Amino acid sequence: MIQGAVWKSVRQNPLTLFGGFVVLMLFVVALGAPYFPVHDPFSIDADAVLEAPGLGHPFGTDELGRDVFSRVIYGARISLWVGFVSVGIAIVIGIFLGAVAGYYGGWMDGLIMRFVDVMLCFPTFFLILAVIAFLEPNIATIMAIIGLTGWMGVCRLVRAEFLSLKERDFVQSARALGVGNLRIIVHHILPNSLTPVMVAAILGIAGAILTESALSFLGIGVQPPTPSWGNILTSGKDNLQIAWWLSLFPGLAILVTVLSYNLLGEGLRDALDPRLRGSR
Amino acid sequence: MISYLVRRILTLIPLFFGITLISFAVIHLAPGSPIDVLADLNPKMTAEAKQRLISYYGLDKPLHERYYQWLRRFASLDFGVSFSPDRRPVMDKIRETLPITIVINALSLLLIMLVAIPIGAYSASHPYSAFDKSLTLFVYIGFAIPTFWLALLALILFSVQLEWLPISGFRSLDYARLSLAGKIWDMVSHLILPVLLSAFGGLAGLSRYMRGSMLEVMRQDYITAARSKGLSEREVIYKHALRNALLPVVTILGLSVPGLIGGSVIFEQIFAIPGMGRLFYTGVMSRDYPLVMGILTIGAFLTLLGNLFADISYALVDPRIRKGGKG
Repeated sequence: MIQGAVWKSVRQNPLTLFGGFVVLMLFVVALGAPYFPVHDPFSIDADAVLEAPGLGHPFGTDELGRDVFSRVIYGARISLWVGFVSVGIAIVIGIFLGAVAGYYGGWMDGLIMRFVDVMLCFPTFFLILAVIAFLEPNIATIMAIIGLTGWMGVCRLVRAEFLSLKERDFVQSARALGVGNLRIIVHHILPNSLTPVMVAAILGIAGAILTESALSFLGIGVQPPTPSWGNILTSGKDNLQIAWWLSLFPGLAILVTVLSYNLLGEGLRDALDPRLRGSR
Repeated sequence: MISYLVRRILTLIPLFFGITLISFAVIHLAPGSPIDVLADLNPKMTAEAKQRLISYYGLDKPLHERYYQWLRRFASLDFGVSFSPDRRPVMDKIRETLPITIVINALSLLLIMLVAIPIGAYSASHPYSAFDKSLTLFVYIGFAIPTFWLALLALILFSVQLEWLPISGFRSLDYARLSLAGKIWDMVSHLILPVLLSAFGGLAGLSRYMRGSMLEVMRQDYITAARSKGLSEREVIYKHALRNALLPVVTILGLSVPGLIGGSVIFEQIFAIPGMGRLFYTGVMSRDYPLVMGILTIGAFLTLLGNLFADISYALVDPRIRKGGKG
């Protein structure tokens, strides 16, 4: 999908390269975490409770004496999972509904688009919280809910692409040759509409990571002892007056991660479609 | 104008039913009877409470009848009685806390406008200057920073280290005994961090949007015409460009309502402000069913109102929409 001209434009933008590099490093850190020479993120040490950052514990320790550095590293695994799975769910739903609405038009289009409008009326964070109130808060639920409440943008995007692509000559000629609707949608239109979806997906991952961290921070996301950046921040809030390091480092990790996904996504969008530069 | 308004309000009707349908669906989302799930999760629930719920939600009746009943109660703003020990009507609780949330959100919306519009306009009229570049940097960070984290850092700095501001709450314990000036400072010092921080996220978005809108306008023919007429650059920017650039920004403000309302959950929780967001959070944590459903629905309607408000103000300032055919 990335051709010469696009790669050239990406290469000339140091911010995009920076974003891409950090995202790559996050993959390495998340996948390689068990093989790194760091403390066990779960091991409790009653003799090292709330120690300030130092040689043994570069990010200090939490209220149970666990090493914050290794908990932040293991937290990267959670954010990677949540980002990819929830955005994957959102994209599948968005593509499906957007393709149906854009290709078939008529009452189906009307119905689906009204559904999108209604979903956009709910403050997303309220909707997520309300659903969690009825279900067990764990990582699978969180991923599902973030995905189920985050597909509307992709749906609108795919619909718009389908609306314009279905009138194009190559689609008309495919239809004239007697190609079936399903085949036209999947083989002819969809591949041509994936570029903006890819950009939306990368930006969506950033949003999903932010949402997960907020939920875990509130205690209704990833549950301790599993380390996530959000739930380390919860102990940061509980120990606000004594242990600044519990608040500082996980938050920085979120900031750098989300920033990198955003830089990568926007850089790719500008490279793929210069007309969109600066819009969001 | 009137016909535009009428048409605009008519489009709200399907949305209105959509919202009630989804809210209704969330209640029935849990596998099995929602009441059973509740009873499982909350072992303290008595058989009497269970029965009360079943009849309140009409779970012994068919689905469409249940929806109709729920809708009728909703029309009279009756969301039932809270599960919490005080057993007060949900609507009373919302009525007490909603004004606090609205005041904080209105203040931060005002702050967003006052700050974002000038800096967006300025940086668009000086593109690629140092100011414009620092705005771009600020926007990137603003989009990526978890604002609840920023709130924690601000608390550590201003409340714990410097001890300038109170650590949480809405009013000091000795509020009643303070002088008038003392009361005002007490309110300001409690509100300053929540308002600043909830404005922060919107600030990045709106200033970027304002910059884009302004750049777009500056490319138009009438700006070239104004310049060639010999107007000063100042007049061109502030009299001709700014007004037109503001139009789409009005819409964005309306669209930012759901984000602000959603964000109030986190801010009110961090700063211990007794608003609707905190009430909602308490409801979620204690699985206070009627409370959660009531606030969810109210939140959706506030969003709908925000959008309507944005559209109306857009129509008021833009004669093309006010007078013209399709809205």
